[in-house]
Amino acid sequence: MKRARVFAGPIAATAVAFVVAGVWLALLGADPLRALGALVGGAFGDSLALETTAVRAGPLLLVGLGVALSFRCGIWNIGGEGQVAVGALAATAVATRVAAGAPGLVALPLALLAGTVAGALWAGIAGVLKVGRGVSEVLSTILLNFIAALLVAWAVHGPLQEASGAYPQSDALPAAARLALLPDLHLAHSGLVLAVLLPLAIWALLFRTAAGLRLRAVGASPEAARYAAVSPELETVRVLLLSGALAGLAGAIEVCGVTGRLFENLAAGTGFTAIAVALLARLHPLGVLPSALVFAALAAGSGAMQRSAAVPSVAVQVIEALVIFFSVGFALPRRESA
Amino acid sequence: MDAPTLLLIASTVRFATPLALAAMGELVAESAGVLNIGIEGMMLAGALAAYEVGVSTGSALAAIAAAIAAACMLSLLFAAFALRRQADPIVSGTALNILALGATGSLFRLLHSAGGLLARAPRVGDVVPGLNGFTAGAILLLAAVWLFLARTRQGLALRAAGERAEAADAQGVPVARLRLAATLFGGACAGIAGAALVLWLSDVFVEGMTSGRGFIALALVLFGGYRPLRIAGGAILFGAASALQFRLQAAGSSVPYTLLLMTPYVLTLLVLALFAGRSRAPADLAKPFRARD
Repeated sequence: MKRARVFAGPIAATAVAFVVAGVWLALLGADPLRALGALVGGAFGDSLALETTAVRAGPLLLVGLGVALSFRCGIWNIGGEGQVAVGALAATAVATRVAAGAPGLVALPLALLAGTVAGALWAGIAGVLKVGRGVSEVLSTILLNFIAALLVAWAVHGPLQEASGAYPQSDALPAAARLALLPDLHLAHSGLVLAVLLPLAIWALLFRTAAGLRLRAVGASPEAARYAAVSPELETVRVLLLSGALAGLAGAIEVCGVTGRLFENLAAGTGFTAIAVALLARLHPLGVLPSALVFAALAAGSGAMQRSAAVPSVAVQVIEALVIFFSVGFALPRRESA
Repeated sequence: MDAPTLLLIASTVRFATPLALAAMGELVAESAGVLNIGIEGMMLAGALAAYEVGVSTGSALAAIAAAIAAACMLSLLFAAFALRRQADPIVSGTALNILALGATGSLFRLLHSAGGLLARAPRVGDVVPGLNGFTAGAILLLAAVWLFLARTRQGLALRAAGERAEAADAQGVPVARLRLAATLFGGACAGIAGAALVLWLSDVFVEGMTSGRGFIALALVLFGGYRPLRIAGGAILFGAASALQFRLQAAGSSVPYTLLLMTPYVLTLLVLALFAGRSRAPADLAKPFRARD
């Protein structure tokens, strides 16, 4: 079955990554099986664990979609981290300052929109620098990550700090700007519905529209695309705007649906994990959904792993990195350069 | 010169040295056609190795050797995927950075789970008054890299591997071997740069302590137009920006420290915007190479 074989590579990559990480943990003196057990329990053990996994999957899904889009266009957007941060920052600024007294029908859409636009513009800087000045987007998006993190730090120590001034964090978002929880659930918010629908939308965009074809054409060969009257420069800016918008929206959803306020290192690591998400999904929008769930489970289970198996939660990053290596090393053929 | 100026110069050199060390390694790697954006990760691995070995042996030399070994191991991993399996170098380098961040973080926490005060790493001091060992090493490295690339047959062969891999191969240049060697050299330099952070700039390891220096070094290679002296000049410029920024912080500037901390990153972006388009990268940079059968 061709369909079944599509999954073989990613599953093998994940399995090998787990085995290698297990050996590494064993060498460090930890008990890998116990760590794995705690990890799985923390991710799927009860209904609350399942909800945690679902909530963690949301931003990974959105940012992963953006990464998949940009990588498909041959644009290395490594800046998901910063785009999430400015999205969260803009959403908070709008929710707690600009639209502080507005009703829910206004405040929430405005906050989400602000985050989306901020993420798009942040990535757009890299697009303009690349097209206009020949600056590699790899470097600019990474540098923008550092700048975005410091912008958030500045905001929560300064203009957006809570009224009491006690902690470096923003005021709690007004209820009108919060995403409602799904019926009968404790953590899972309504933003997750969007997260499930967006892969379908992006899939349709990529494979069923002329815009998607242009984007893939540039990714396959910029020179050939130019002969077909497609401007690689325009596509570069477009795909960065779109992928930044998805990450910015993820940041906005994070403050409006999960944390309820802005603080430093909010959703830290999402941008990098999203790269693993996209690559494990083989840059396919529909593949991003299961792939995001895998990494969300890792994130959700890592806390339990740290508590009951005394394995630091950052060890999960090792698994992520190994999944990336094994996905690109054994499953994803590199584009032939002309 | 008055004391504050001298202090500022000393501080500039302290910040510039690790950047110059890492950038020289990347220059050699890129000259051979290898784009490894994992410098940040290799520096971080070097920093942790230097700290742990330095503390347990008390020897700065052993610490530096350990840093080189750790960073070289990571560069070997990069080579296995990006060169041998011809995986995409950008993705491989990104994976390297994530791996190093996770591995050093978890290793450090496991090794020091008991908590308590961290032991201090041994110091690398001045070889002559005012000239730290790392800076002296960086100057020697700069001279050696310049001589090697510009004045030796091996350097020419290495650059040929980066410019026209196929043609060089046809001329009998061992392209794959040179690229591997250049990658390892880049790793070693990043390792030393990481060691400098622990044995000179600070005296403990902190998670993520490289804070973007690896990426700034990457940008310096571009900014310097692949010329060793200009790259070193760029490192000094960035060192000065960092030094000034900390001086302003210490002086109680009215500008919030979070904005001051942005200086090196914003400056890098600006410099790239002004100069990146002008410098010409090796033609076959980051292109895969498969030897003829």
